[in-house]
Amino acid sequence: MISREEIAHIAELASLKLTEEEKEEFSEQLSDVLNYINKILEVDTEGVEPTYYPLPSSNILREDEVTNQDRRQEMLEQAPDKEDDQFKVPGIEQKE
Amino acid sequence: MSKKYETVIGLEVHVQLQTESKLFCGCSAAYGAEPNSNTCPICLGLPGTLPMLNKRALRFALQASRAADCQINQFSKFDRKNYFYPDLPKGYQISQYDLPLGYDGRITIETEEGETKEIGLTRIHLEEDAGKLIHAGSVGDSAHSYVDYNRGGVPLIEIVSEPDIRSPEEARAYLNALKQIILYLGISDCNMEEGSLRCDANVSLRTRGDREFGIKAEVKNMNSFRAVERALAYEVKRQEKLLDAGRKVVQETRTWDESRQETVSMRGKEEAEDYRYFPEPDLMPLEISDEFIEEIDDSLPELPLEKKHRFQEQYDLPAYDAGVLTQSRELAKLFEESAGKYDDAKEVSNWLMGEYLRLLKENEVEPGQDELNGEKLAELLELIEDGTISSKIAKEVFEETFVSGKAPGEVVEERGLKQISDEDELAEIVAGIVADNPEVVEDIKGGKDKAIGFLVGQVMQETRGKANPQLANQLIREEIEKH
Repeated sequence: MISREEIAHIAELASLKLTEEEKEEFSEQLSDVLNYINKILEVDTEGVEPTYYPLPSSNILREDEVTNQDRRQEMLEQAPDKEDDQFKVPGIEQKE
Repeated sequence: MSKKYETVIGLEVHVQLQTESKLFCGCSAAYGAEPNSNTCPICLGLPGTLPMLNKRALRFALQASRAADCQINQFSKFDRKNYFYPDLPKGYQISQYDLPLGYDGRITIETEEGETKEIGLTRIHLEEDAGKLIHAGSVGDSAHSYVDYNRGGVPLIEIVSEPDIRSPEEARAYLNALKQIILYLGISDCNMEEGSLRCDANVSLRTRGDREFGIKAEVKNMNSFRAVERALAYEVKRQEKLLDAGRKVVQETRTWDESRQETVSMRGKEEAEDYRYFPEPDLMPLEISDEFIEEIDDSLPELPLEKKHRFQEQYDLPAYDAGVLTQSRELAKLFEESAGKYDDAKEVSNWLMGEYLRLLKENEVEPGQDELNGEKLAELLELIEDGTISSKIAKEVFEETFVSGKAPGEVVEERGLKQISDEDELAEIVAGIVADNPEVVEDIKGGKDKAIGFLVGQVMQETRGKANPQLANQLIREEIEKH
């Protein structure tokens, strides 16, 4: 069971604001998901290497070459706010 | 140093790798470009883009790992470190968590007592740098900040030491040794001002004899090796006072305030660090073969400490000389080239440590950016040895060769600096000076032998430094005898 405190912590880390009702709701839902996934723990994995990736591929590398042009205008247009070729973001507020 | 407490320090060093392009995309990794001119959908983390690992960055990270005696995780992978900060466009940093490229290494340092000590390395891993945040006002009260993502995605290695460092001096020695190795490998310029080498420290004290570590504070924002040493010394004292007063050290992050020369508590994070690492699904894992590791090992240059010890043995140099000469690979190379052509290695060392280093400093250049080479230095030393020029004149010649690259023999010829060793020519000059200074001659005759130095000086002046001083001295004595 995932407690409401854990839900509050996870929400905090994800920068989400949840109401008390939502915390209750997600606590139940996430617990269900976890319980379902936990079934996998019943499988005996003694001597089995962990699977980090489902694909049988490794060492995908590129040469160290500069292939990109200056695309700053195009890139800056993606942002909600900009000023003088810089991305403009809300001031960093320190958490109390 | 406190008798009661033992200092325990561990360092985390970030080194920017000198690649052409970023770690996962083809943007230029150059420093100092116009804001955001080196950005693309990949390093900005736009949806649907796929990162691909830079081959050279991997190679550099492996070279650093092997040079620091690390074991290699032959199956390695990247992980996402999740946190929110505006300098991190994706909301996560691609780093390595449980399978870093290198682990269990060591760096050998020399303590002030001249003894060697090994500092263990927990790990060396590869990760991407974050962007640069510019605050409109001071942090905390400015309405807006600006972000330049040019640095975002530039390759870094993070080198984490074991808590084996026992004093601020050792911390500095460790950083020096580490920097030297990296410079020898040629994988970073280690320029602290430009941020290509950054260092954070964990500091704690424990009562001598205790096995458990004390509570540590993390110190950040130290912008030079000297600042690291000072910040650590300050932090050790601060913790000592707390413990002596029966109080506890708070586990927190502190920042070094250079202007106030003290560490200041950064407002503590309410939430404990929780980065929720998980494997980066957009990058395939790495499999490092035995052959690749072997190839990396073969590519490593002779490292600074090995070279130092070899210089001491092979050229019979004092430890101090060998240390100075191996500070940089270029300087060591120049020494070896010269010593290969001139057989008094100590003399070569003296010139390099003296005149050469002085001129480098004066001209604000690094070894290799000047015009001197081993052949020219050897030629100069020959000219002194065979009496063609005095060592005083040699300094003038040395400087000309350093700047223009002209061969010393040529400079001597052009400027007419050949030492006057011709007895007849010099005897004539000496006779004149002795005749002009009867009082001094009387003094010498009266037993004030030191006054002869004055006459030698006069001869040197008259000949603009070109007289052979030993010969001048001898001729003056002969001339005085005649009076």
